[in-house]
Amino acid sequence: MSGPSSLARRRFLTGGAAVGAGALLAACTSNESPQSAPQAVAGNAGQNSQPGKHVTIGFSAPAADHGWMAAMTKNARAQAGQFSDVTFTATEGTNDVNQQIAQVETLINQKVGVLVILPFDGKALTQVGQQAMDAGIPVVNVDRVFDTPLAYRTWIGGDNYRMGVNAGNYIAGELKKKGVTSPVIGEVAGIDSLPLTQERSQGFRDALAKHGFAVGPRVSAQFTPESGEQMTSNLLQSAPKLDALWNHDDDQGIGVLAAIDNARRSEFLMVGGAGSRNMMDLIKADSSVIKATVLYSPSMASSAIALARLLGQDKGIGDLAEHEIPANVTTYSAVVTKENVDSYADVAFDS
Amino acid sequence: MTKDPSSVLPEATQAPPPRAAPPAPKAARGRFPVDARLAGLFGVFVLLCLVGWLTRPDAFFTEGNLSTILRLAAAIGVVSVGMTFVIISGGIDLSVGSIVALSSVWATTLATQAYGPVVMVICALAVGLGCGLINGVLVSYGRVVPFIATLAMYASARGLAERISGRQTQVVRETGFLSFFRGDFLGIPVLIWMFALVFVVGWVLLNRTTFGRRTFAVGGNTEAARLAGINVKRHTALVYGVAGLCCGIAAIMVVARTTSGASTNGLYYELDAIAAVVIGGTLLTGGRGTLIGTLIGVLIFTVLGNIFTLNNLDTDIQNIAKGAIIVLAVLLQFRTNRARKST
Repeated sequence: MSGPSSLARRRFLTGGAAVGAGALLAACTSNESPQSAPQAVAGNAGQNSQPGKHVTIGFSAPAADHGWMAAMTKNARAQAGQFSDVTFTATEGTNDVNQQIAQVETLINQKVGVLVILPFDGKALTQVGQQAMDAGIPVVNVDRVFDTPLAYRTWIGGDNYRMGVNAGNYIAGELKKKGVTSPVIGEVAGIDSLPLTQERSQGFRDALAKHGFAVGPRVSAQFTPESGEQMTSNLLQSAPKLDALWNHDDDQGIGVLAAIDNARRSEFLMVGGAGSRNMMDLIKADSSVIKATVLYSPSMASSAIALARLLGQDKGIGDLAEHEIPANVTTYSAVVTKENVDSYADVAFDS
Repeated sequence: MTKDPSSVLPEATQAPPPRAAPPAPKAARGRFPVDARLAGLFGVFVLLCLVGWLTRPDAFFTEGNLSTILRLAAAIGVVSVGMTFVIISGGIDLSVGSIVALSSVWATTLATQAYGPVVMVICALAVGLGCGLINGVLVSYGRVVPFIATLAMYASARGLAERISGRQTQVVRETGFLSFFRGDFLGIPVLIWMFALVFVVGWVLLNRTTFGRRTFAVGGNTEAARLAGINVKRHTALVYGVAGLCCGIAAIMVVARTTSGASTNGLYYELDAIAAVVIGGTLLTGGRGTLIGTLIGVLIFTVLGNIFTLNNLDTDIQNIAKGAIIVLAVLLQFRTNRARKST
């Protein structure tokens, strides 16, 4: 981490300071944070970890404008670095669908062996995924799904519905343990117009309903710390007493916790979402309202690269009876609590 | 020439004394305290509060809720104060949200935090002021249209913020900074004091100093202002500097509120601030406007969001209501303007 990239950053900052605000600020700006190594899936035991046929993997993803998305790209790069038989060709992340299509087309023209695509918009990128498949390049579709299975060989992604289910089950279980009968359960959702938010909320509602509970006060934030703080401040005013709160996203969770702290509230338990290092540290310390987080781990990007390599080498997954890589891999949204946090520390990401 | 009889141009041409404005012409202008538009806007605000009280009598008028509303209004309010200056001077600033993001991120980089809270604050203010002055110089000396100059800053400031932060949320570990800005003074949150202070200083600057009168003059009629001996270019640059400085102050508030700096801070502030200024009665064409109107505008939007959450309503409908309020307020202005012209 502290190699060439931080050097480049520092050089860039010196320039920025000259434009911006003078030498004092340049001295004040360096960001040698205690950053962790990106998540790489260790080469599994068995023959799959042995170097095999050389594979060129093309990678295209949206702009890393969010801790989770940044971790996805970093993880993919780190994972590729683990394999001596993989050449990794990544394009610059973009949130412009047309640009991403052009980037994937470029990768197809370069005749990469396997494509790993995390589309900004699954529907919009379907066409170009199909183009790659037609050109004989297997596509690993990550997270946001293409419109048709014709456009990908394998899909790997998270399970938004189960994220909600597991959060709901955990909260219901804890409340029953405490003997709470008619609890007030709050929800701080992400961007409401996104299908992933709707699925998370649906899973949460369904799981709570199974236990005879319902969601009380609910707000929708923007996946940013600032919006999390703003919406939660209002929510806490609306509910003078809460028993539990589920926050969909650990990035906005920093703001959610700031709002809770500011209102000096601690009568409820909170569950996060995604699995950032910040939240895992707080869960471990057990000194605040946050008691758990449900995973939606960017380790799936590492797995996607591993799958792409195996596809390129015509291998299956060890331990499965299948000759081929499965067409769908859905990661599991485990509930990380104080008891098991240590075993999940390796998939935590810096939000 | 001037669009409005209450314009300050005639005074400006009389080359007023350099510092505080004499009280006499102020009184002659007379109209300030009773303004039909402001009264109407205030009525809307009171009505909203009434709705809040009727729908949640248990929660709306509690100390905690009022303090929450003001705390949430603080950052966008401070940005709107700066925006009012820019719009009165006949410009527009689309970059305020990005400047808030850049200032907040620059203030929270770990190295900055290591130097302590004072350096963090100076960083945020200096970055805000610097970006504002760059906007101003581009607009006045570079002759770039404000819309374009600040659009460029809108893109590049957020880009630089993403670069510096590595697109990660930077949690503030400097406890001195947090305990001061998140704390209370005389039982009222420090953020609300800051908001009040910025507002009062802004009001005095706009209504009681040469700087303010020149801002009205430049926005009302640039050529006349130039002939009256105002250094229009320098003044325009300074007005954008004021807006930038306000963004720096807002950045400190956002960092204190969220305990973190992130390149996503200040998202959509430009739209919220312009909306608040416009429904506050400030003309987008420049030359006339009030800070009190802006203040009520900001409060209306914050209270609206609060009422929606208190009643557990969808945010989608909130956005529709927001749009309706903007259109209503502007239509109201249109009518009162016409009515005034015909008399």
